[in-house]
Amino acid sequence: MSEVLIIRGGEVITPTGPRRADVVIVDGLITEVGVSLERPVGAFEIDAGGAWVGPGFVDLHTHLREPGREEAETIETGAAAAALGGYCAVVAMPNTEPTVDSVAVATYVIERGRRALVDVVPSGAITIGREGHQLAPMAEMAAIGVRIFTDDGTGVQDAAVMRRALTYARPLGVRLAQHCEDESLAASGSMNESALSSRLGLTGRPALAEELMVMRDIELVRHTGGSLHFLHLSTARSLAFVAAARNEGLDVTCEVAPHHFSLDEELCASFDPIFKVHPPLRGHSDVAALRAALSSNAIDAVATDHAPHAEQLKDLPFDEAPPGMLGLEHAASLTHEALGVDQPVHLFRLLSRGPAAVAQMRRRDEPRLSGAHGGAVEPGEDANLVVFDPTTSWRVDPQALASRSTNTPYAGRQMIGRVRATIVAGRLVASEGSLR
Amino acid sequence: MAGSSLLTIDGLSKTAIVEILDHAETFAEVNTRAVRKVPTLKGKVVASLFFEESTRTRLSFETAAKRLSADVLSLAVASSSVKKGESLRDTIATIDALGIDAVVMRHASSGAAVQVSRFVPHVRVVNAGDGQHQHPTQGLLDAFTVRRVLAERHATTGRESGAELFSGLRVLIVGDVRHSRVARSDAQCYAALGATVRVCAPGTLLPDDLSGWPVEVSHDFEGSLAWADVVGLLRLQRERGTGAFVPTLREFTATHGLTWERATALSPTTLIMHPGPMNRGVEIDSRVTSLPNVLIERQVASGVPVRMSVLYLALAGTREDATDE
Repeated sequence: MSEVLIIRGGEVITPTGPRRADVVIVDGLITEVGVSLERPVGAFEIDAGGAWVGPGFVDLHTHLREPGREEAETIETGAAAAALGGYCAVVAMPNTEPTVDSVAVATYVIERGRRALVDVVPSGAITIGREGHQLAPMAEMAAIGVRIFTDDGTGVQDAAVMRRALTYARPLGVRLAQHCEDESLAASGSMNESALSSRLGLTGRPALAEELMVMRDIELVRHTGGSLHFLHLSTARSLAFVAAARNEGLDVTCEVAPHHFSLDEELCASFDPIFKVHPPLRGHSDVAALRAALSSNAIDAVATDHAPHAEQLKDLPFDEAPPGMLGLEHAASLTHEALGVDQPVHLFRLLSRGPAAVAQMRRRDEPRLSGAHGGAVEPGEDANLVVFDPTTSWRVDPQALASRSTNTPYAGRQMIGRVRATIVAGRLVASEGSLR
Repeated sequence: MAGSSLLTIDGLSKTAIVEILDHAETFAEVNTRAVRKVPTLKGKVVASLFFEESTRTRLSFETAAKRLSADVLSLAVASSSVKKGESLRDTIATIDALGIDAVVMRHASSGAAVQVSRFVPHVRVVNAGDGQHQHPTQGLLDAFTVRRVLAERHATTGRESGAELFSGLRVLIVGDVRHSRVARSDAQCYAALGATVRVCAPGTLLPDDLSGWPVEVSHDFEGSLAWADVVGLLRLQRERGTGAFVPTLREFTATHGLTWERATALSPTTLIMHPGPMNRGVEIDSRVTSLPNVLIERQVASGVPVRMSVLYLALAGTREDATDE
């Protein structure tokens, strides 16, 4: 039995701009793209009138918590949240319990991911147990298809270990990804270091901690010829360092997280740990710089850093609470809003084409952990697509989220732009805010 | 502040602070009577919840509550809710279920009192010290002490003088400002009352960014001592790892300690204060504590009436005023 969809009346967003076209999908592949196509027999019709149609979103930075912290999130619930957020693929972070630092644990995530609504691709740890000392078996994990390695949660603190990791990873065709915060400067802190942290008596995590590690790693990439992705950059100076390194031709990419361009440190004055995150929410000027940079080419991707936490963990005192907040279900709306609601090309670059390139998901390489993502909306391509309505607004209700956790910092916030349909491998998995 | 919690000095007006100090004058009189007790809070229940041990502050608050005839629930709780496996919200919910009107709380984490006031909005929360954030009753009792001493000098009373005696008063806060909740509350309290506040400390013991603080910064300790009308010393918080912030305690004492030589070179009218507990021989020379211009014991004595005033205003506030919670 073949499954046939037609997406009718939308604007297909190509890398150069929108064009009015219908899209026909048969058995997981795009078969026709054109104006006023005839509805194939038995096709399910998706109304895309007034909406944008483009490659499905790809999240480079999702904490799915499984294995180990299933009370906060599972691969299944996290993937459901992703589907509602317009994502067709997510890269699962390896800071699970146990850590994804072996083929066995990576395989567990891959197997669980096969049953999820969207493509779930694990990233592996750079070091065993993310402890920053002994390299994890990156070649073995690369051989089963892992393409990104990171100790995210913390960065690799030891410069010699990081140098060795970049050198080792280079011939494997994989990319390392760094959480940039020098723990000797940041470890005991729980918010941005500033006049506000000084007034609140909260120990700061200075911008300096991030920027020093960005600088260090750029020099390590220069020295080793390695490839590095900078996770969740949060300051103007970090972005400037990366932009300069790219201009020199170094193989560095970077992402920013929606909370860093949508929220600022003032929220921490409530002492509500819902606003605690690493790197921390920064001051106005950094927030403004990140927003402005979204529509330049300085940023490769918006990535959620979706970090579910069980409710009781956010009822702890601010300095004891774990860092992190939900992201998957509101990232597209926040990015759309930050772009000024009229930048479809940048929206799909930041949420789909850019991150798919970083994660090497553009092609159907072997071994295959996912379909192809972030490609053109053309016949022959895998049908991983999203229909995004740029004008509808909605209000965030933590209880209505698909995530198993509720730690969203956006409760009650009005969002502009909504996912109308998410299509993964030719199947409609979410539409109008509901799972199919 | 009638009818509301006391979480921070930040944002309290001069009028609000003077109101607290004036009520404290009334309660100070109560403490000189043969029967040191008034029925003001009869039937009210005050829980004292010290997540971080502090015998002196707890005693002071509990004495204050009892002199107002409140029932006191005194609960010993583990210092870290994480270690205990219970969240802050669960702990306060359990105590709230016993039926309480106010909670006096001390916690090692900045902002804990603010969080608790959000968890139980119907309960008045009095912050008895939260991490490095605030210790509002210490700020108030320091101001109360200074006002009383200055009023005596001017042959007036604290109540009659209002905030007048703070106008142009030069207050120097010395030492571990970075880690000190007392410094934050003191600076804001004195400044709100009209004093000029200066802080002096090794660079590493100053907060990272003082912009927005109502203080000036000096690195000239000797000059600042000569400048000051009031010298507020701070406990060097060795338990917060302060050791890493100064090379040695001896060097701290040499550069920023109130040594005998420095103390005796001061004008005899300069008031010397310390919130306790003291590190004798570190921020203050032991012999200095017996000088007549040292107010340390008067600070302790002020604690009870000031805390009576705070509890009274929190719990016996008028109905109209109570709506701001």
